[in-house]
Amino acid sequence: MMETPAIQARGLVKKYGSVVALDGVDLTVPTGTVLGLLGPNGAGKTTIVRILTTLLRPDEGTAEVAGIDVLAHPGEVRRSLGLSGQYAAVDEYLTGFENLDMIGRLYHLGRKASRERARELLAQFNLEDAGNRPAKTYSGGMRRRLDLAGALVAAPPVLFLDEPTTGLDPRSRTEMWAVLQGLVSGGTTLLLTTQYLEEADLLADEIVVIDHGKIIAQGTADQLKSQVGGERLEVTVTDPATLEAASRLLTPLGVGAPVLAEHQRNLLMPVSGGVSVLREALRLLDDQGIGADDAGLRRPTLDDVFLTLTGHAAEVDDDDPAEAQHQTEEVKA
Amino acid sequence: MSRLDVFADAAVVAKRNLIKIKRVPDLLVFTTLSPIMFVLLFAYVFGGAIDPAGGGGGYREFLIAGIFAQTVVFGATITGAGIADDVQKGIVDRFRSLPMSPSAVLAGRTLSDVVNNVIVLVVMGLTGLLVGWRIRTSFFEALWGFILLLVFAYAISWVMAWVGLIVPSPEVVNNASFVIIFPLTFVANTFVPLDTLPGPLKAFAEWNPVSAVTQAARNLFGNTDPNPLAPHPTAWPLVHPELYTLIWAAAVLIIFVPLANAQYRRSTSR
Ligand SMILES: Nc1ncnc2c1ncn2[C@@H]1O[C@H](COP(=O)(O)OP(=O)(O)OP(=O)(O)O)[C@@H](O)[C@H]1O
Ligand SMILES: [Mg+2]
Repeated sequence: MMETPAIQARGLVKKYGSVVALDGVDLTVPTGTVLGLLGPNGAGKTTIVRILTTLLRPDEGTAEVAGIDVLAHPGEVRRSLGLSGQYAAVDEYLTGFENLDMIGRLYHLGRKASRERARELLAQFNLEDAGNRPAKTYSGGMRRRLDLAGALVAAPPVLFLDEPTTGLDPRSRTEMWAVLQGLVSGGTTLLLTTQYLEEADLLADEIVVIDHGKIIAQGTADQLKSQVGGERLEVTVTDPATLEAASRLLTPLGVGAPVLAEHQRNLLMPVSGGVSVLREALRLLDDQGIGADDAGLRRPTLDDVFLTLTGHAAEVDDDDPAEAQHQTEEVKA
Repeated sequence: MSRLDVFADAAVVAKRNLIKIKRVPDLLVFTTLSPIMFVLLFAYVFGGAIDPAGGGGGYREFLIAGIFAQTVVFGATITGAGIADDVQKGIVDRFRSLPMSPSAVLAGRTLSDVVNNVIVLVVMGLTGLLVGWRIRTSFFEALWGFILLLVFAYAISWVMAWVGLIVPSPEVVNNASFVIIFPLTFVANTFVPLDTLPGPLKAFAEWNPVSAVTQAARNLFGNTDPNPLAPHPTAWPLVHPELYTLIWAAAVLIIFVPLANAQYRRSTSR
């Protein structure tokens, strides 16, 4: 016998005039697991979250959260879910404490429990010192954390976080991940959208990639990575003018066409054969006198998955901590 | 969800809005300073200039109820702008994702505006007394006058709540409120006797509910007789201003409470 999944959606369609935001999306998230929703800007991630959290009615399709029909019983569903939207929805003129206390009261936790919970969450999110200041005085990251704390007030069994770590500094982001991992190990089901592929890699049991309102890939991080193939050869030439020549030279070594990134003097090409291919590539470049600053073999990251599947990179608007973690076996030329 | 939730939730929302009055300088000015300014301005600038009856007291007394009516009706703009602001900032999304009573957000918003209007009326009343306005009836009649003003303003709050939900941004509310509320409060008996208005405007003003609520307050404060500026009106709404005010308030509420609540359920940020 299968347990009812915490989140289940079938055939979600949402149109805005002629724009098809969702074009038949099915999702299943088993209780206690994490689903990472990836997709480029405008893919429909927020639209999915808004439908599942009762904020938006789909044109077609059905959805259940915690076993309750979202469309038929929105009021009951709301008791089981916590939401932190893409843009922090904190009340600027209330203090951090007042914001959380108000949410607790509206979850009907009662006066005393609301206050206690507000204090607890302020501590958990490092907002204790700022707790009695109007949120207007908070930095962007502090607002973001306050908003997330708001989603956790009632310790809901199902949590929806729309880009929860966008705008957080690397330390806050790591702390947030720890908080989320703690919640999930305590049995919370989490659906999160993210632009940070590393985040999905780290947190999500299952990843769904959408584009133009359709699911284009689905699976664990490892499954997705193997779907786009094995290792790739990455070469950064010294002189941008030699990139074309290097590409022509190395193409026969690949199992697919190389992708050139002109301004980065960079070439990326799927290969198979491991280090011998790398050695051969370096020899060929050497023979032709093409200087390289960097060359290495890389296993695919989720970035590659993203790039391959959607034809464009995930748009990340600030420093990406994932950068430091490329899985490279590098050979300095 | 129990039936009582709507009241408890509305109180939580109202409390939040009232905290805002303390913290948002604009709102604080709107609530305290501008009412004082209005009374002083009208009493001394207009009350002094237009003085046909001889003795400023007459026109000042005539004006006060009009200023009260205008100010509390304009106060409904706070409702509209506040709601529009909450929609824009995603606060309404937050509320809509909570297991609270869906009616509580608007109920709380309009409730906090009543409290706001009470403060406004107290401030204006005290200022009025300082510049020579007097209540020439009984305490209870005057109180009933104030209550009618509040009830009427409450109804207009619901209109503006609906406006706040359908406009694309809070700024538009202010424009909309000027378009709707300005004519309503000026083409009325608020600042000039109706007899001075030309034909079609006079007819509009006679049936304008703002005229009725002003007339009702004027009567109940005892600021009409023997004021030569306020001869006995003949139009039905002004002969029965209290009833006419209540009919309007009821009609507006019957239409706009469901309308605004339906719009709220549909509304989304951006
Ligand atoms: N209220 C709206 N009116 C019109 N079109 C809308 C509306 N909301 C969303 N859309 C459109 O629906 C599509 C999906 O939007 P959605 O916000 O779900 O994307 P997203 O995946 O969350 O993107 P992002 O990464 O930029 O947050 C987009 O093309 C968007 O323009
Ligand atoms: Mg989005």
